[in-house]
Amino acid sequence: MIQKIFGALVVLGFATLPFWMNDPYILGLLILAGIFIIAAISLNLLLGYTGQLSLGHVAFFGIGAYTSALLSSGFDVDLGFGTTLVVAPKPVWLSFLAGIVMAALFGWLVGRLAFRVRGAYFVILTVSFAQVMRLIALNWVDLTEGPMAINNIPAFTLWLPGLGVTTLTSKAQNYWLILAVAVISFVLVAHIVHSRVGRALIALRENEGLARSVGIPVTHYLVLSTIVAAAIAGASGGLYTHYVRIVDPDVFMFIYTVTMIIMVVTGGKGTLSGPVIGGLIFGLMPEVLRDYARPEVQWIIYGVAIVLIIMFVPNGIVPALEKIWLRISAFGARFLPERLRPRLS
Amino acid sequence: MTFADNTIADMTPDSVIAPAAPIHASLEIKDIAVHIGGLVILERMSLSVPKGQIVSLIGPNGAGKTTAFNIITGYMKPTKGQVLFEGQDLIAMSPDEVAALGLVRTFQRTSIFAGCSVAENILTAMHLRGNASLWGSIFRLPSVAREEARLRAEVDNILAFVGLQGRAKEMAGSLAYGEQRLLGLAIALAARPKLLLLDEPAAGLNPSETGRFKELVRRIRDDGVTILLVEHDMHMVMSISDTVFVLNQGRIIASGPPAMVQNDPEVIKAYLGTGLKKRAQA
Repeated sequence: MIQKIFGALVVLGFATLPFWMNDPYILGLLILAGIFIIAAISLNLLLGYTGQLSLGHVAFFGIGAYTSALLSSGFDVDLGFGTTLVVAPKPVWLSFLAGIVMAALFGWLVGRLAFRVRGAYFVILTVSFAQVMRLIALNWVDLTEGPMAINNIPAFTLWLPGLGVTTLTSKAQNYWLILAVAVISFVLVAHIVHSRVGRALIALRENEGLARSVGIPVTHYLVLSTIVAAAIAGASGGLYTHYVRIVDPDVFMFIYTVTMIIMVVTGGKGTLSGPVIGGLIFGLMPEVLRDYARPEVQWIIYGVAIVLIIMFVPNGIVPALEKIWLRISAFGARFLPERLRPRLS
Repeated sequence: MTFADNTIADMTPDSVIAPAAPIHASLEIKDIAVHIGGLVILERMSLSVPKGQIVSLIGPNGAGKTTAFNIITGYMKPTKGQVLFEGQDLIAMSPDEVAALGLVRTFQRTSIFAGCSVAENILTAMHLRGNASLWGSIFRLPSVAREEARLRAEVDNILAFVGLQGRAKEMAGSLAYGEQRLLGLAIALAARPKLLLLDEPAAGLNPSETGRFKELVRRIRDDGVTILLVEHDMHMVMSISDTVFVLNQGRIIASGPPAMVQNDPEVIKAYLGTGLKKRAQA
């Protein structure tokens, strides 16, 4: 209960932020950090709860981005034999949904291919998948424009009460959209994790042999979680596309997967708020440091921060804070009557 | 002719299951053979577990007991042979499909979900008793909420049954060894088995803990669960089993009520060897 109230307050704080800090630069930073946080939340479902390291997670992000970009700006592609497929531009919200569905489909495919494959093999499979996607985006120039990038992608349009269909041009509007998607993703993952399905995922992480002995079809749940994670990552890719309004094969870069993993691991994998905390720290840090340090020094600080976090709180920041909280509550328990004692669950 | 010449393994497969078993048998293993490389792990092993009994499978280390368990529960595939559970062949099934039929095992090495709380361990093991889907969970449908409440209400009963009441909120990994063994049993029970396979449940327990475990096994049987037990603690085996099968070098060398098996010369030979006698004769 305390957690829910606290969560609601945090969301309220972020939701009202444009009113008391309407600085487009800061909003821009938070938007990009938010997009990555959504992706990190989805990665956490796989890495934190099923225990499978997907090193190709950016592939789903990129698939969502490209699908939404292509559908919303329209495209024509030569199918061979002299036939050309022409697709007229579709509404942005429809393209966005299509991006989610497409990412989910590829999630299903990867989940099925990873059938029986665990640990290192799952990692190799996902890395290769992301690389193949990058090469396709780079070389299928007819469809993706290759390194020339897809430009002039339309901005997000939304139907808003009282305003009708509006194009989200201002930073604040984009910020709210991304905040909304982030909250939805967070709640979605929270509901999954605290359910029969979530327990099956955690069982796969904790002890696969035992999970199967009590009748949990682990592969089925691995595929399910990959689909959900891919869909959320696809959504964050779509948001990215319509915010930045240009997309090139670099969205498939390995470094983005690494960034997501850093956010999840430092924040605390297997905790709901871990990716959010990690995402805020490592999403904002490079930009905040820009004012104080030269670029080389920035990256050194970034690296040192990661090393320090991993050394001193190997399970991540959130579990460390929980431990401190438990200690405080154990200490406070001596002075407080039972019903007033703070509780974590 | 001694009794030893007349062991199960020497009989034809059909006569093996003959003793009044076929209708009431919960589990029947017919002529299972396992060859790994050139190694013969199990050689034409057959046994039958009658409904409602405690049946023990004993034998020296390396006799193939755990292999037999792995085959029954779908973790390994035999080279040939059949495993029938209530008339259904299990050979082609995966462990989770086998469990869904009501055949649940425990593990020789302590096996729990160490990073979860004791209560979550039990809830996880109740997987087969719920049917909340992904969508139901995401939208928190009323049916899902009801199911969740029903399962949570049962956790305390199961924990109380094995004697872990009051430990629900503790981390499973932080329990003492004996308590982890009990939790392992509670996990298997939470899956509501018809046939429970216990792989050395008393391994590493002290005598008083073993005594309590024995009592638990009896009570589980009295609740109508058939039990197949692999155990090294002979005192436990002989005092609670209805039937004992002795496995040596991949073959069943004796079977029957505990008293009969205990005095079987083949069994004595397998456990104690014959060296002394031979040397005395020489």
